[in-house]
Amino acid sequence: MTGRKLTGYWLILPAALWLGLFFAIPFYSLLANSLYDPEGSVLTGYHVSYRFANFADAIRDSGPELWRSLWYAGLATAICLVLGYVLAYAIAFKAGKWRNLMLVLVIAPFFTSFLVRTLSWKLILADDGFIVDTLRFVHILGEDGRLLATPVAVIAGLVYNFLPFMVLPLYASLEKIDGRLVEAAGDLYASPLRGFLKVTLPLSMPGVVAGTLLTFIPAAGDYINAQLLGSPNQRMVGNVIQDLYTDTGDFAAAGALSVTLMVIIVAAVLVYIRRAGTEELL
Amino acid sequence: MSLAAESTSGSARSLRLTALTKEFATFTAVRSLDLEVPAGTFFALLGPSGCGKTTTLRMVAGLDTPTSGTIHLGQDEITYQKPYRRPVNTVFQNYALFPHLNIHDNVAFGLRRRGVKDVDRQVQEMLALVELEAQARKKPTQMSGGQQQRVALARALINRPEVLLLDEPLGALDLKLRRGMQIELKRIQTEVGLTFVHVTHDQEEAMTMADTIAVMNGGVIEQMGSPAELYENPRTTFVANFLGQTNLMPGTVAGADSDVVRVDMHGTQVSIPADRAHTREGSGWVGIRPEKVLLAPEGEPIDAPGNHMTGGVITDVSFVGVSTQYLVRMPWGQELMAFEQNTGRRAVLAHGTKVDVSWRPEFAFLLPATQDVNAGAVEEA
Ligand SMILES: Nc1ncnc2c1ncn2[C@@H]1O[C@H](COP(=O)(O)OP(=O)(O)OP(=O)(O)O)[C@@H](O)[C@H]1O
Ligand SMILES: [Mg+2]
Repeated sequence: MTGRKLTGYWLILPAALWLGLFFAIPFYSLLANSLYDPEGSVLTGYHVSYRFANFADAIRDSGPELWRSLWYAGLATAICLVLGYVLAYAIAFKAGKWRNLMLVLVIAPFFTSFLVRTLSWKLILADDGFIVDTLRFVHILGEDGRLLATPVAVIAGLVYNFLPFMVLPLYASLEKIDGRLVEAAGDLYASPLRGFLKVTLPLSMPGVVAGTLLTFIPAAGDYINAQLLGSPNQRMVGNVIQDLYTDTGDFAAAGALSVTLMVIIVAAVLVYIRRAGTEELL
Repeated sequence: MSLAAESTSGSARSLRLTALTKEFATFTAVRSLDLEVPAGTFFALLGPSGCGKTTTLRMVAGLDTPTSGTIHLGQDEITYQKPYRRPVNTVFQNYALFPHLNIHDNVAFGLRRRGVKDVDRQVQEMLALVELEAQARKKPTQMSGGQQQRVALARALINRPEVLLLDEPLGALDLKLRRGMQIELKRIQTEVGLTFVHVTHDQEEAMTMADTIAVMNGGVIEQMGSPAELYENPRTTFVANFLGQTNLMPGTVAGADSDVVRVDMHGTQVSIPADRAHTREGSGWVGIRPEKVLLAPEGEPIDAPGNHMTGGVITDVSFVGVSTQYLVRMPWGQELMAFEQNTGRRAVLAHGTKVDVSWRPEFAFLLPATQDVNAGAVEEA
């Protein structure tokens, strides 16, 4: 083996160790959990019984939450894509000297914790808050209509929390587009809208794919927004898993549900990337 | 070739720029430019780097808005018309091929935007013309620079615009391909009858291809005319130096009448036809092209009445096969270039030979001494 090749291995080593410790081992333990004998408890101990029926049970018991998670995450991703694309486009092509400031503003929310920010949304959307008051006044909401504890609040929270993950990759790929290509499209009889659809949009697809994945995947597993902004009617699969692990101690069901969610997401991502024609991202 | 028959543009219209000016924040790139390109002609815009050629084309294409001035196509003003509405296409200096589309789709782009039928057949014909049929499914990044340039050409040409703007379209090609494409371009232009505005650094390319050349410098047109006119009767030292090589010798106007201007050059009087004398008083530069300079060993007769100078010494001889290039030091210290065809009429003159120099007066020209004698010469090196 040449020294050059060895260098490569040395460089990989820290990351490999880290991943081994904090990804491979927990992942193995999660898989093991999902195959536990469901009779186990903290008192009697747990053992792996290869009970694949755990998965069927999990899907049966938590089907609605699973479905709701995908649905909420999908909707939040779609909204993020529209808002994020417009914002990223504006930053990349129209912001001029304000570009860096706007980028800083996009990531500024990260300076406070996710939890604190979501809690403050709880105040913003509160029943006696100014938004609900206004919406009631203009009769968009009924007399005792509310936002908190509705799907609107949970999805709005998801959109808010994950928007930067959409904007940044979109910005990165839009910013790389050579403006002269758009000019060339104009020279070749493409109106600005046509030019956008035929040149800018296809060239920004890597950003669209990366942004939607970075938004959809964590949003589908999120439980903070549903917990703080929703009611039991908006429980997402993350909330169920959390309860099963921490309150009920039903490790088998919790593990099976986690693995199910993971499999669904990986499958969805693979299909999506195929369809979007950006295999080179993998 | 069936291209001519298929030309979609109706009666061709001439392109006219009037007092066209483009100022960037701190810099005037194009300064009150006036020019007219008659329909169906091959027009070359020639000039050194940064003189405003690309900026001019961009204004014609509608990609830059002029600060002032107008652009007309025939009777219609298009100064502020949107680029996608102009019957004008561009071959961009940097190609600007769409990286996500293959070659076929790149070339088809303009036709598809206009909803033209039988796109595929036209694209195949066009790719055949630029000898890239076999590469139709490749992406631009998989092609060489020269191939990309031909794709850019095909992509613009296929639309048969009234005016085709070419921004150094042959810059990346090797000499052989370049000559080939020059001939091909010229042939297409004549057959289809399109108006071509061709930007180039290369004076030889401009001279061989163009009906009319405009020499641009520092945002203005120095001179415009047929290649022969520009070469034979330049109006500025810049044009004289930029187009080919020239000898510029200092002199003082000694007298002028309606036919000729007489100039005193270090004691010898030479005469210059009035229409080639671009100053009629004071001092000036007498210009003569090296191939117009005749040499003879001291005292032997030379056929050139009127402009005869003695006392030259040959200081350099380069034999280049078809011709011999001499440097002759004149009594006032200046070295003149003289190119002589190797007709075999006389043996090649040796280094150090004392020679007389002459030229026929109708080939000389006179430029004002206020112009920089070296203007335009550096770029030629
Ligand atoms: N967007 C711009 N902002 C400021 N100055 C510009 C801009 N575009 C061009 N210029 C300046 O205008 C001048 C003319 O530029 P242009 O691109 O027209 O030159 P060119 O003749 O095409 O040169 P080349 O042969 O190198 O392509 C240059 O000095 C350039 O620096
Ligand atoms: Mg240029």
